[in-house]
Amino acid sequence: MSVFRFDPVELPPEGEALRAEVRAFIADELAAGRWTPNSDFGSHRAADFSRRIAGRGWIGMTWPKKYGGADRSFLERYVVTEEFLAAGAPVGCHWIADRQSGPLLLRFGTEAQREAFLPAITRGEVFFSIGMSEPDSGSDLASIRTRARPVCGGYEVTGTKVWTSYAHESHYAITLVRTGDTAEVDGKIDRHRGLSQLILDLKAPGVSVRPILNLAGEHDFNELVLDRVFVPSERLVGGEGDGWGQVTSELAFERSGPERFLSSHQVLRQFVRRAGEDPDPRAADALGRMAAQLWTLRQMSLSVAGMLQAGEMPNLEAAIVKDLGGAFERDVPERVRSVAPRRRRADPDPFETALAESVLHAPSWTLRGGTREILRGIIARGLGLR
Amino acid sequence: MRDTILYDSALRLFGDHVTPKVLAAAESGTWPQALWDEVADAGYLDVLADGPSAMAEAVTILRAAGHHAAPVPLAETMLARWLCAACRFDIPEGPLTVAPVEPDDRILLVGDTLTGRAGHVPWGGDAAAMVLLAEGRVYLVPRGEAAFEHDKNLAGEPRDQLQAVSQGCAAAPLPNEIEPEQVMRLGALMRASQIAGATEAALGLSTRYANDRVQFGRPIGKFQAIQQQLALLAEEAAAATVAVESAAAAVAAGRASAGIAVPAAKIRAGEAAGKVADIAHQVHGAIGFTEEHSLHYLTRRLWSWRDEFGHEGFWAAELGRRVAEAGPDQLWPLITAP
Repeated sequence: MSVFRFDPVELPPEGEALRAEVRAFIADELAAGRWTPNSDFGSHRAADFSRRIAGRGWIGMTWPKKYGGADRSFLERYVVTEEFLAAGAPVGCHWIADRQSGPLLLRFGTEAQREAFLPAITRGEVFFSIGMSEPDSGSDLASIRTRARPVCGGYEVTGTKVWTSYAHESHYAITLVRTGDTAEVDGKIDRHRGLSQLILDLKAPGVSVRPILNLAGEHDFNELVLDRVFVPSERLVGGEGDGWGQVTSELAFERSGPERFLSSHQVLRQFVRRAGEDPDPRAADALGRMAAQLWTLRQMSLSVAGMLQAGEMPNLEAAIVKDLGGAFERDVPERVRSVAPRRRRADPDPFETALAESVLHAPSWTLRGGTREILRGIIARGLGLR
Repeated sequence: MRDTILYDSALRLFGDHVTPKVLAAAESGTWPQALWDEVADAGYLDVLADGPSAMAEAVTILRAAGHHAAPVPLAETMLARWLCAACRFDIPEGPLTVAPVEPDDRILLVGDTLTGRAGHVPWGGDAAAMVLLAEGRVYLVPRGEAAFEHDKNLAGEPRDQLQAVSQGCAAAPLPNEIEPEQVMRLGALMRASQIAGATEAALGLSTRYANDRVQFGRPIGKFQAIQQQLALLAEEAAAATVAVESAAAAVAAGRASAGIAVPAAKIRAGEAAGKVADIAHQVHGAIGFTEEHSLHYLTRRLWSWRDEFGHEGFWAAELGRRVAEAGPDQLWPLITAP
């Protein structure tokens, strides 16, 4: 009857046991003062943290044991990631490899690629970035112009990528390139043809990584200039020309997770502290409404996780979670800023710090991983309007 | 797995029997007996006979009822029959109601007399009997033993003001297994379920209209401005549905987390109700603002139901105080409690 479907899901008992284990680990980390909480996966990173959780088996935990994984279920991974994000742990270093690059290689990579990269990822030693956007290709990803020309033993890659987060710290970037031209199929140009993904060594000759500072003055983005970079053929992911299918096949995994509604969680948490045990009516109202949104979003996100675990690919539902989640993340600082008692920024104050960070980073939350306009377009297509 | 068989059959039943004619007649005071008989024959009235453990089924049926704007006190009768069974009252035939349904209303027992106020009692004057909660006791008040001032909600559904209750009705203490606030909470979840059903129906109507209505030489659904709005409508409908289904699962399993889930579901569905009605009307244009078009049967209910059994503000204050009391370190454990 309905165009969308969110099957109810219950976390397995082993998921709750795991949650207790993760919470105890986090409590130790916080007691030791190893990091300051910040729930934005995109900007909070620490390589030593990634290595510590790797030691617990919490990176690549759904992957087969022979590649260093733990053969855990996707719902168990969900528990671990949501606990880290809610606690504001510095997950950024391993995030892309754990969520995206590893699963990509597991699904489409060669045996040699899996053996070369997956165990190192699970040990927290190898970090990945993503090279997709270009100066003239943002939402319109299929229009990219970075070229990979066949040469003896591989490809010679030339082009420019932008918004490549942490290319200056990562080891590799899964990079979308043109290995062939668009083709005319049934009288229509198929722009999705001729695209391929390569595992680009960010230290290879010809790779220049130039910082692009964000509006908060921080360096997470980069421009990646590729000038006749040699990439050996064994670094091609899957078949030549399969890039578009690979990029779009895992979108439900990337768009429905807890990172899509928890980016401003520390603001909410600090607001609870600031509002106190006996909040004034405006604070109680704001708190109740935000808690209701958060609880509902988590149920929706969990439902998608359950469907992914069952082998389905609920792309429409994932787009719904990401658009609603992004709107919520941005709404939290907007709501609390005029409700909470405020203090001068000069005083070190966790609420003001979290709020300031959220206000400055909020614009990126509804852009990264698919803009809200693109997501709504996907939903409209699901409704049969396009 | 979601109970799609129950949902689909309920959707068919209400779709077959809730026509615009039935809706218009109900609004001018004609009781939809044929519809009620079908609902009773389907066994929907007793779905909660064994208590809230069947809340998932109740919510499924009520979503279907809300989808078709069914003008009958189904949620109220389910609640009343559960309370009657729990109190070992003989269950009266016909539609039943419960009171109070407004969070601030209280009925007191002064000497031998029930006194106090209860507003917006659904179908108060029409129901065969009312289950009244007062000071930890349950009273069964047959029609004629209570006086009502007739009133209605924005959708024209009877919402009567209780004036007085005569004596001589069955009474029992509230059974131990039922908490005094539970009736208000379950009622809130049931209204939220009706809201969820109505938002899904509004999505269907609006999508169809956008595909049919041609302006500037193409269906208006081809314009991105309309597509983006309908995507938002779909998101709101999805959120309302997931919220009520998840809350119902928590209630059915008797989990402590229902204490968070039920207020959250009523808040979220109530917020969705306003946004969905807003977008559905904007997409429909002037025709949707007419009496002739059936959109208003849904939207007037959305505007009404969000206020009933506690509006968003009431539940937000309650949930917000609960979160505040628990403190910052318990925020996430509260949200994730199984």
